[in-house]
Amino acid sequence: MNNPRQLKINILRYNPQLPDNKPRMQQYEIDEAENMTLFIVLNELREQQDPSLQFDFVCRAGICGSCAMLVNGQPGLACRTLTTSLDSEITLAPLPVFELIADLSVNTGKWMRTMSERMEAWIHGDEEERDIRQMEAPMDPDEADAIYELERCIECGCCVAACGTARMRDDFVGAVAINKLARFRLDPRDKRTDQDFYELIGTDEGVFGCMSLLACNDFCPKELPLQTQIAFLRRKMLKSGLQRRD
Amino acid sequence: MKIIYTDVLVIGGGLAGLRTAIGAKRRGHDAIILSLVPPKRSHSAAAQGGMQASLANSAKGDGDNEDVHFEDTVRGSDWGADQDVVRMFVNTAPKAIRELANWGVPWNRVRRGDHDVIINGKKVTLTEEDDSHGMITARDFGGTKKWRTCYVSDGTGHSMLYNMSDQAIARNIPVHERVEAVRLIHDGARCCGAVVRNLITGELISYIARATCLATGGFGRIYRSTTNAVINEGMGAAIALETGAAALGNMEAVQFHPTAIFPAGILVTEGCRGDGGLLLDADQHRFMPDYEPEKRELASRDVVSRRMEEHIAKGKAVQTRFGRHLWLDIRLLGRAHIEKNLREVNEICRYFLGIDPAEELIPVRPAQHYSMGGVRTDHTGQSPTLKGLFACGEAACWDMHGFNRLGGNSVAETVVAGMIVGEYIADFCDSPESEITISTAVARGFWEEERTHIDGLLSGGGDESSVAILAEMQNVMTDKVGIFRDGETLAQAVDELTELRKRARNIGVKTQSLGANPELVAAYRVRRMLKLAICVAYGALQRTESRGAHFRNDFSERNDRDWLKRTLATWPDNDSTLPDLDYEALDIMRMELPPGSRGYGGADHINHPDSAKRQAEVDSIRSNADNEDRFAAQAAILPFDHLLPKILRGRNARPGEPVQ
Repeated sequence: MNNPRQLKINILRYNPQLPDNKPRMQQYEIDEAENMTLFIVLNELREQQDPSLQFDFVCRAGICGSCAMLVNGQPGLACRTLTTSLDSEITLAPLPVFELIADLSVNTGKWMRTMSERMEAWIHGDEEERDIRQMEAPMDPDEADAIYELERCIECGCCVAACGTARMRDDFVGAVAINKLARFRLDPRDKRTDQDFYELIGTDEGVFGCMSLLACNDFCPKELPLQTQIAFLRRKMLKSGLQRRD
Repeated sequence: MKIIYTDVLVIGGGLAGLRTAIGAKRRGHDAIILSLVPPKRSHSAAAQGGMQASLANSAKGDGDNEDVHFEDTVRGSDWGADQDVVRMFVNTAPKAIRELANWGVPWNRVRRGDHDVIINGKKVTLTEEDDSHGMITARDFGGTKKWRTCYVSDGTGHSMLYNMSDQAIARNIPVHERVEAVRLIHDGARCCGAVVRNLITGELISYIARATCLATGGFGRIYRSTTNAVINEGMGAAIALETGAAALGNMEAVQFHPTAIFPAGILVTEGCRGDGGLLLDADQHRFMPDYEPEKRELASRDVVSRRMEEHIAKGKAVQTRFGRHLWLDIRLLGRAHIEKNLREVNEICRYFLGIDPAEELIPVRPAQHYSMGGVRTDHTGQSPTLKGLFACGEAACWDMHGFNRLGGNSVAETVVAGMIVGEYIADFCDSPESEITISTAVARGFWEEERTHIDGLLSGGGDESSVAILAEMQNVMTDKVGIFRDGETLAQAVDELTELRKRARNIGVKTQSLGANPELVAAYRVRRMLKLAICVAYGALQRTESRGAHFRNDFSERNDRDWLKRTLATWPDNDSTLPDLDYEALDIMRMELPPGSRGYGGADHINHPDSAKRQAEVDSIRSNADNEDRFAAQAAILPFDHLLPKILRGRNARPGEPVQ
């Protein structure tokens, strides 16, 4: 790279574990390199300038969802964000909504587990499982593809961090949960009915809490069809709710 | 010292650990899973291309069965694998796929009728039967005779991990996230848990368990250039090694994947080549058929990686300022196929390389990918030398991959091993053998040792940097213990690593926080990683032959006469500079497939005298057997059903082979 840019990286620093620590912005400078991602930037800063800097990376390939953070105010995956796509001054902050561990590291895992338990987000199959010595049950190839389409969620938390409702009420389940239930609802192996799903999500903390701002859809790194799923599930749940009244 | 008691302590929340815990819990034992990260972030999610199981549903899988999968796996291993374990594995893999289908994995399914596919660079039309419509389909992978790799687009590991993890949640299995096991608690003969550090608060807690299972994955991060996630630092294997009692098997057997994107090292799946992608050189010449006329791009990974490096050494690589690379060409598969079946590859190319793989070539070069070696166990997953310690998945060496693993056999192994080892752990916990008689004072001893270790790093005032030592270790491993090895360079590597280990005694930590402190974590981990690196380099130096992924320029033949044996490394004394190496012979007279030629890779081998003898025995059993019943001859040659847990015994139904 001829004449590399000098990047100014502003990071919101705060470690609640340390008694006298207060939130503050800290600025670092670093020379831009070719194909530089925020994964490379943050690791270089930690290795060469500030060994106390906290952040989370696991796969560094955009598939595990560990490294979601606010990049210039917008949620995204740091590992696959190229610095060339940003101005030379970059501001990084932890995702809101989730419990802060320190600096850019937040506890998405704890939030997601709680959500999964609340939403019973797993296949509710037959009482007796199919014998695994026998041939598997056939499934329509298009149906399998459609399920995978929704299963591509990586629980990174971007949709929750971007969500207006989640910012106002901390019991809102978020697009991640709505998408998951849409995935199980689509799956013929899941024996739950719409009435069962209504019990889980037919509430203000659930699908009726969504204000349709739809930043979830705009910021999903996996480009999941969240807008469609929320609208679809809301219609189905409304129908179930009305049926219950009858 | 806080103590948490449980029946089964599973260390690692990837596919192997989750399935083991589910197995133990199903049998009525409490299990706790420890994980460095939320389980769905585990490296299992990175398995893209698929999982091998001989379902034989698709046209190109016709005629596949356990026997074919067995032979492919043993040849792939270059006869280093334990054939009993391979038999157990190939018989359980179809059950694992079907269990995962019950649990929600949306396996891609066969579509009836004609399909155009790319085989050997040419368009071919395949026709799928009406009867197969909707059954689980499979794609081609390297080193296999049939299309056997079942898949979910190229997010197979992701889909498996999510559904498995959801099952663990459904069964109410607690996962203690963001914690790290730093010592195993043991008395030299019996393991009964671990000292565990909370990575958020820094608290050290002792977990005491009747059975402890390491499912911590591989140790790819001892290399500079690796496809592994940043958490794959081998800490499970390292703490097992530090017991001095448990052994690590075949640590020198390290796999390099042919297609890591250059220079970032991010994996693009073998499915690219399985689906018809080609490898090209700087002149855009397809070079693999020149080296491997039979299997071409789809020889086993060790062979393809070696051929690529050989071709690069001949000056046929593309030169860039970061170094040299070759090309992967998937343009011929077409945009529709790439966007449906290779969508992670498509995303990786878009985000990390800024290219469109339907129009442009992908720069690739081999990078470290998989650790065949690991904690040595028997076929039940238990350490033969440290009772109560189990291991499974990539962390273990039980040993089904020998010196080279086939693509698609690792996610398969994680689940299969979890199913088998979970049952055996439950059996162990049901038996009086599992009673713990060790005093909590033993736990306190290890707890205090670790406390002292960490305090020493924080207050010792050392002036060495863990970052610098880590980088130097990774350079030594990639430059000197890589794809091509020789005695002189390996000896240098051992010396340099030993020197780094001396320097690592003097590591200083500037950040004085007991809690979340990445600098402290790097400091204690690099000391343990160095021990693993020395086991790999020293094992490679001693093994004066070439087998699978271990290739010696100065001993280029496989030598069954002298080296058909498994390396066992132990490190009883922390102050000694090298591990103790011991060797365990593989018994040819028990083999179903005695050593012979792999059919690819070109290299010759030195025969063991027993090979011909056993081959004659096997041939004679086969010629006397009933040709109609493939199971009878197999059972006469290598009976294995009794080695499996009762609920996993029995045949697998497939088209034309029903099971009553």
